[in-house]
Amino acid sequence: MAEPISLETLSGSSRRHLNESAVKAVMAVAATVSLAISALIVFSLVREAWVFITEVEWSTVWGSSWAPRLGRYDLKTLVVGSLLVTIIAMAVSGPIGLGAAIYLSEYASVRVRKVLKPTLEILAGIPSVVLGFFALQWISPNVIQRLFDGTSQFNLAAAGLGVGILTIPLMSSIAEDALKAVPNSLREASAGLGARKVTTTIQVILPAAVSGLVAAFIVTVSRAIGETMVVFIAAGGGGNNAQFTLSPLDSGSTMTAAMAAQASGTDSVVGEALTFQSLFFVGLVLFVITLSLNIVADRFVRRVRTRY
Amino acid sequence: MSDHADDVTAEPADAPRAVFHVEDLRVYYGDFRAVTDVSMDVHDNEITAMIGPSGCGKSTVLRCFNRMNDLIPGARVEGRLDYHSIPLYDHKVDPVEVRRRIGMVFQKPNPFPKSIYDNVAYGPRVAGNKKGLDDLVEQSLRKAALWDEVKDRLKNSAMGLSGGQQQRLCIARAIAVSPDVLLMDEPCSALDPIATALIEELMVEIKEDYTIIIVTHNMQQAARVSDRTAFFTAEVDPNTEQRTGLLVEYAPTDAIFSNPQDERTENYVTGRFG
Repeated sequence: MAEPISLETLSGSSRRHLNESAVKAVMAVAATVSLAISALIVFSLVREAWVFITEVEWSTVWGSSWAPRLGRYDLKTLVVGSLLVTIIAMAVSGPIGLGAAIYLSEYASVRVRKVLKPTLEILAGIPSVVLGFFALQWISPNVIQRLFDGTSQFNLAAAGLGVGILTIPLMSSIAEDALKAVPNSLREASAGLGARKVTTTIQVILPAAVSGLVAAFIVTVSRAIGETMVVFIAAGGGGNNAQFTLSPLDSGSTMTAAMAAQASGTDSVVGEALTFQSLFFVGLVLFVITLSLNIVADRFVRRVRTRY
Repeated sequence: MSDHADDVTAEPADAPRAVFHVEDLRVYYGDFRAVTDVSMDVHDNEITAMIGPSGCGKSTVLRCFNRMNDLIPGARVEGRLDYHSIPLYDHKVDPVEVRRRIGMVFQKPNPFPKSIYDNVAYGPRVAGNKKGLDDLVEQSLRKAALWDEVKDRLKNSAMGLSGGQQQRLCIARAIAVSPDVLLMDEPCSALDPIATALIEELMVEIKEDYTIIIVTHNMQQAARVSDRTAFFTAEVDPNTEQRTGLLVEYAPTDAIFSNPQDERTENYVTGRFG
């Protein structure tokens, strides 16, 4: 016979209860610290940006060049520069990343996958500074200058191609996750109706995964906008004096590269009084753009999760 | 779409109604032998049931009939499997063409995340049939006893249907390509008794037009609907501890349930399996 059950036997040991709450407290602190750091970053960003917003002569924010040390703060130079680089980058990483994802998820045999996936991950591990020099020293002379005679070695197009290569692994890995999330039962259903693999992929798998694929695209856009080093090295805007341009074959600068340019060197805050604050202003604009993109992407990812 | 009228001429005179002729079929996954010793003839316009305990290879055999095992890497089929006297695993046979004639309904309802209409129209569209789709969709849904429930919301997503409705939609989708044979892999295992009764009724009705092979865990279901029953079991290799499925007995359903010839069949159908 088992001994009679009392309230004490069911209340458990008090030491274990104590352990449990201690562990919970430590985890809570870790979570709070990361939250607090994020809040502090946003706070410092907004504080300096606010100084710029309140003190700047707004006519200098709409002009023809970004040259903060000369008191020229044409924001559209940087936004358009970022846009050009991002569009070119996505023209590379969108199709190639999606194609690689479809191949890995739908076609590749186990053996091919075993080789291809780690290779893509190695590509993701290349430091962006290395890709920056690759863009400047190889892509620019061998691709851009060969195609468009008389182009400067420093140009936004080469930077865009570099960023595109850099973001292929990100695009392909998120897109592959989205495709893998489509249940196998749908592939079988389609095959069972006499559909070929191409038909199944285009008519069933891609539509079923569309929100995840859109999310992959947006996250990659967000990464491309945020990329700094490749543009800083290859686009040649210099940051001190980037002229407004709509042509990707010109030298130029992006939001991120302009910030890096200002922050580098010993004379980083020398010049016009608001040079330092202008960095935070650009940073805030960038933050708002990427945050909105990430929120939109998150919505799409959630739709994928609730689908099946 | 099914132009197997040509094939009939190729049939030997001694097997006038055999849709499938299976002889010593073996299925391997890599080095592992999943099923062995399967020999059976599947007859025209009949319901053939495959029963047996879990892991006895009945689904594996079912998936040989429309070459669905081709989708599984490392799967290999040996032995003879003739469809209207044509060796189904001949290297010249295109599995896509096979599957247009031999449809399949799966264990879990698996409608596409598309509209009800697009689900039914998918097969015909894939086969290049773009005309008269409205009629075809209606006919298929009527045959699957689903038309009255969905006729006012054909453009709605199929994901919004109940499990039983989804399974009937999957049957309508399979019927829409006018197959010769319908393979059903435990089509009622995810459904409640009322939905199950509906599907069973449906199967008996449509066997006038199709040959049906059904895998089921439910012996009563096999007894209720099928004309012939194949009993499978698994044997464990004492050295490797691998389970290999095999066909024990294949006979008219009445005989299997009332007068089984093999002791293993008798133990299973009387509930003394062990």
